[in-house]
Amino acid sequence: MPAAINEIIACVFILAGTAFSLVAAVGIVRMPDLFTRMQAAAKTGTLGVGCTILAVAIYYADPGVATLAALVILFLFLTNPIAAHMIARAGYFAGVPIWEHTVVDELKGQYDKQTHTLKASDGTGALSDPDASGPGPQPPASEP
Amino acid sequence: MTLLLADFDLVGFVSTLSMNVMAVAMLFSLVRLFRGPSVPDRVIALDLIAALSVGIIAIYSIGNDEPMLLRAGIVVALVVFIGTVAFAMFVEKRGRE
Repeated sequence: MPAAINEIIACVFILAGTAFSLVAAVGIVRMPDLFTRMQAAAKTGTLGVGCTILAVAIYYADPGVATLAALVILFLFLTNPIAAHMIARAGYFAGVPIWEHTVVDELKGQYDKQTHTLKASDGTGALSDPDASGPGPQPPASEP
Repeated sequence: MTLLLADFDLVGFVSTLSMNVMAVAMLFSLVRLFRGPSVPDRVIALDLIAALSVGIIAIYSIGNDEPMLLRAGIVVALVVFIGTVAFAMFVEKRGRE
């Protein structure tokens, strides 16, 4: 009996997920500093495992298994970026060195590591765009 | 020829191949786990190892026709997320003192 169509599609997804996972592992070894490693591991690893779980759902073609697979994918896509963001933020505040060829570090000098607040704009370029200052209290517009 | 093609076990072949490639990926992240210069590097490597093990569980479940194993994947993903968040809080607190 030749392979059924859902088996072929599942095999394609397994191979794609495996390729993404291998790329994530190569990236975590080859990248130069913590933040680029975090990018490689979180994004590519999540996509790779998501593809593999999707292959499970397609292979069994069963509502119960598909629900479980959807749960795993939903949970993975919710938690993995949050975990990567938290560990990169903690590393940044703990003083993990940044790669020397990094083009821009926009938080540098604008963030108080003791109180965990942005430094107030003092006219030296910090928070230069007034529209980007977020939902904080806005100064009342003076009507002439 | 047609007999050979008909007997070819596509799912078994692909799952075995993917299992081996995932093992290589896990070895790579083990390299980072042992070599990582800082604690967050090691935590990221642990996170990737957990994600890879969820993928390996999924591939094993396909190769051996055991759909129940997906529940184990859910548990691994849950526990590792909590562990990573705890490690992040630990690193942040220790860096401030």
